[in-house]
Amino acid sequence: MRKFGLLLGGWLFYVSSLCAAIDPALLAPLAVDDSEKRIAAIAALAQAAPEAALPVLTALADESLAVAGERIVRLDGERVFDAASNREIAPPPAEREPISINNRVRRELAAALAALRLFSSEREVRWQAVQEVAASADAKMLPLLDKALAGETDPAIRNRLRLAHAQASLGSDDPAIRLGAVVALGESSDPKVRQLLLPLTEKRTETWVEADSAVRAAARTSLRAIEQRLAWADNLTRAFTGLSLGSILLLAALGLAITYGVMGVINMAHGELLMVGAYAAWATQSVFRAHLPDLLDWYLLAAIPTGFLAAALVGVLMERVVIRHLYGRPLETLLATWGISLFLMQVARTLFGAQNVEVANPVWMAGGIEVVPNLLLPWNRIMIIAFSIAVLTAVWAMLNLSRLGMFVRAVTQNRAMAGCVGVPTGRVDTLAFGLGAGIAGLGGVALSQIANVGPDMGQGYIVDSFMVVVLGGVGQLAGAVWAALGLGVFTKFLEGWTGAVVAKIIVLVLIIIFIQKRPQGLFALKGRFVDA
Amino acid sequence: MHPSLPRQPFIVRLACAFGVRGWQMAGLFLAFALIAVPVMHLVVPPESPLHLSTYFITLTGKILCYAIVAVAMDLIWGYGGILSLGHGLFFALGGYAFGMYLMRQIGRDGSYQSDLPDFMVFLDWPELPWFWLGSDSILWVALLVLVVPALIAFIFGYFAFRSRIKGVYFSIITQALTYASMLLFFRNETGFGGNNGFTDFKRILGFSITAPETRVVLFALSALALVATLLLARYLVTSRFGRVLTAIRDAEARVMFIGYDPLWYKLFVWTLSALLCALAGALYVPQVGIINPSEMSVANSIEIAIWVAVGGRGTLIGPVLGAFLVNLAKSWFTVSFPEYWLFFLGTLFIVATLYLPQGVIGLYARLRAGRQRPPGNPTVGAASGAQPS
Repeated sequence: MRKFGLLLGGWLFYVSSLCAAIDPALLAPLAVDDSEKRIAAIAALAQAAPEAALPVLTALADESLAVAGERIVRLDGERVFDAASNREIAPPPAEREPISINNRVRRELAAALAALRLFSSEREVRWQAVQEVAASADAKMLPLLDKALAGETDPAIRNRLRLAHAQASLGSDDPAIRLGAVVALGESSDPKVRQLLLPLTEKRTETWVEADSAVRAAARTSLRAIEQRLAWADNLTRAFTGLSLGSILLLAALGLAITYGVMGVINMAHGELLMVGAYAAWATQSVFRAHLPDLLDWYLLAAIPTGFLAAALVGVLMERVVIRHLYGRPLETLLATWGISLFLMQVARTLFGAQNVEVANPVWMAGGIEVVPNLLLPWNRIMIIAFSIAVLTAVWAMLNLSRLGMFVRAVTQNRAMAGCVGVPTGRVDTLAFGLGAGIAGLGGVALSQIANVGPDMGQGYIVDSFMVVVLGGVGQLAGAVWAALGLGVFTKFLEGWTGAVVAKIIVLVLIIIFIQKRPQGLFALKGRFVDA
Repeated sequence: MHPSLPRQPFIVRLACAFGVRGWQMAGLFLAFALIAVPVMHLVVPPESPLHLSTYFITLTGKILCYAIVAVAMDLIWGYGGILSLGHGLFFALGGYAFGMYLMRQIGRDGSYQSDLPDFMVFLDWPELPWFWLGSDSILWVALLVLVVPALIAFIFGYFAFRSRIKGVYFSIITQALTYASMLLFFRNETGFGGNNGFTDFKRILGFSITAPETRVVLFALSALALVATLLLARYLVTSRFGRVLTAIRDAEARVMFIGYDPLWYKLFVWTLSALLCALAGALYVPQVGIINPSEMSVANSIEIAIWVAVGGRGTLIGPVLGAFLVNLAKSWFTVSFPEYWLFFLGTLFIVATLYLPQGVIGLYARLRAGRQRPPGNPTVGAASGAQPS
C-alpha cells in the first residue's frame, strides 16, 4: 500500500513536472564553484523536473552552460536560452562566463543523465539508459526509478527497470522492501545480479551480512533460480560457439576433404590456400574502399568469388607444376607441398608485409541477437554457420550432381577404367584439385572475418584440418562434417572445464588414441583392400 | 641365424660394419675433430688465419648434432619407409631432460639467487616438482635423456604399428603428437619454463659452459657420437635385421605373408631412432645454450626430413651431408638475405622431391655413371627407394 502511494505520488509529480519550468533557485547552486553543492543541485534537478532538466544537464556536461549576470543560460551555437524557463533570450547577453566542472561532478552528472534519459520518448534511448542505470543502481535512485516504472509501457524495459529497482531497494533499511527486492531479483539471469545476491547469504566476521533470516532464505532461493538459468545460458552459449567453431573447422577442412580425402593428395600447403582466400578478401576490401566506397559494406559478396578464384588458380598451378609429378608417392607429395607452403608464406610476406592486415567486418555483421540476457549470438558467427552450410551444399551438389563430380568420383574409384571410357583423367585431376583449393579459399574468406589475416595464419589450421579429415574418415564428406561439428562442440565444452590450451591438447591426444583404435576414421568406405 | 656359421663377437661384427675406407674416413674425421679443432681453437692465436673462431665451433657443433638426427631419421624413413614428423619432439625431449641438469647447475647464480630455477621462483612455486627430483645428478639425467623419449616412442609406436597405421597417416599423427606436446610445453604450469624454456646456463659438471675448453670438449663429444651413430646404423642396415627392414619398406604385405611380424622390426628401429634424436638433443642444448618449445614446432620436424631428402635417403653418409648443406645454407641465408631463406628452403623441398629422388649422393652417382657409360642408359638414378603405398 505504501509502495502504491509512493508510485502514485511519483506519477502525479511526474505528470505535473512535464509542463513546468525549473525553479531558478534549484539552478543557482550550479553556478557556485563547489563540487558538493553542484552534485546536490544535479540530484535535486533530476528529481524535481526530469524532462526539463535534461537539456540543462546535457549542456552542463558539454560545458555549454554559462552564467550571465543573475541568470544561468544555455548556449546552443549562436543562440542563448534561459536555463530556467527554456526561452530564447532575444539579444544574447554580452557577458557570460561558462561553467566548467571537474571529473567528480562529471561522474555524478553522467549517472544523473542516464537516469534522466529513462524518460526519453525514444525507446532505444530508454533501453540504453536502463542498462546504464542498472549497472550503478543504489537507494538514492529509488524515487526516480519509481517514476520511470510508472511511465514505462515497453515490457522489456519494464522488466529491466524492475530489476534495477530491486537492486536499488537492496540498500533499503526496511526488511520488507529488501525481501520484495530479493524475490524480484530472482527473475534475472544476469551474472551481475548473482554477484549482488551472493553476499546476502554469507557471513562476515561471525555476523550475517543480511540480518533478516527471511530475506536470507529468499536470497538463497533466488540465487538457485538465477544459477540454474545461468547454467542453461552457459551451456547454450557453449553449444553455439562449439557449433560455430565446428563450422569454421569444416570450412577449413572441406577443401582438404576433397584433395586428400577424395583424391589422396596430401597437401601441406592447404593452410596457405586458406591464407590466399583471406588475402583475397582483404584485397577486395581495399579495392572497394578505393573505388566503390558507397558499396563498402557489401565487399564480402564480391570477396567470395574472388577468394575462390584466387585460391583455385594457385591450386591449379600447384597441381600442374609440382603435384602431378608425384602422384602415387604420398610422402614426397607431403614434402613438396610443404615446400610450396613455405614459398607461399614468404610471397605473402614480401607482397603484403609481415604484419597482419586489417579486414573489417561489414556493418551488417556487427552485433548479434540476444536470445536471453546472458546469451548473445553474434551475427558474424551466425553468418559463418550459414555460409558453411551453403558451401557444403554446393560441394555436395558439385560432386554428386554435376558431370565433373561424376568424373572425379570415377577417377577416384578406378583411374584406369575411367581413362578407358574416355574420362580425361589428367584434366579431371587438375580441376578437382583446383576445386579443393578454391573451397579452401572460401574458407579463407570466412576466416578473414573472425581471425587475424597474416602470412602465418595458415600454419595454425593445418594440423586441425588434417585432424578433421583423418577423424572423419578419408574419402567422405559426411565424415568430415560430423568430425568437424563434433570436434567443435566437444572442444568448447572441454574448454569450459580445463581452459583452451589444455582442451586442445586433450582433443589431439584423444584423436591420436582414437586413430589407433579405428585407423579408418569414423566413417570407413566399405570394401576390401589388401593394402590401404 | 645360420647355425653352420660360427658367430663372431658383437664387437667384431660392429667393427666390420665399416669397410677399410670407411674406417679411414672415420679416422680422418675424428683426427680433425678431436685433435685439429682443439689445437686450432685453443692454441693457434686468434690473428692467425688457421685459428678457428667460437662461431665456427658452435655452428659446426650444432650441425654435428643435427647430423645425428638426420641419420636417425634416415634409419626410420630411408630404410624403414616410415616418414616421422615427430622427431623434433624426441630431439627436444632429450634437450629438455639435459636442460634440467643445466638449470640445476646454475645454482644460486640466477637473477633471484634461489636454489630453484628462476622461472619457478617467478611462478611462486615453493619447491621442485616431483619430476625434477634427482635432476642435479648428471647420471640420472643421462638416464632420463635416453629412457624418457625412447619410452614415449615405444608406447606410441607400439599402438600405431599394431594398428598398422602407416604412410601419410602415420606422418600426420606424429605431427599431431608433436604439436600437442609443443602446446603442452608452452604452458607455464607444465614445469619446463613455458615460452622461454631453459636458458642462461652457467656450468656443466662445474666447468663454465662458455669456456673455450668446454666448447671444444662438447664439440669432440658430438663428433664421437656422430661416428658411433654411423657405425651402429651401418651395422644395423647391413645385418639381417636391416634386410628385413628394407623388405618391409618395399613390400610389407609380402614380408608378412612370408612369416615375419613387421611390428617388432618397425618398433625397434623407431625407438632406436627416437633415442638417437634425444642423444643429439642433449648434446645440442649445452652448445647452443637454449631450449624452448619452438623446437617441437611442426616446421622443425619437417625440416629434418629435408636434410635427409637432400642428402639422399637410404644411404648413411647422405643425411650427414644433407644436414651440413642445408644448415650451412641456412646460416648463410639468415645472415645475408633473411627474406630469401624461405624461398630457398621451399624451392629446396620441391626440387629435392621432384628431381633428386636419391639426393646429392644419387646425383653424384648418376653423374659418375653417366661419364662411364654411354648416355641414355640411366640405371643408377632410378628411384629404387620409391615408397610402396
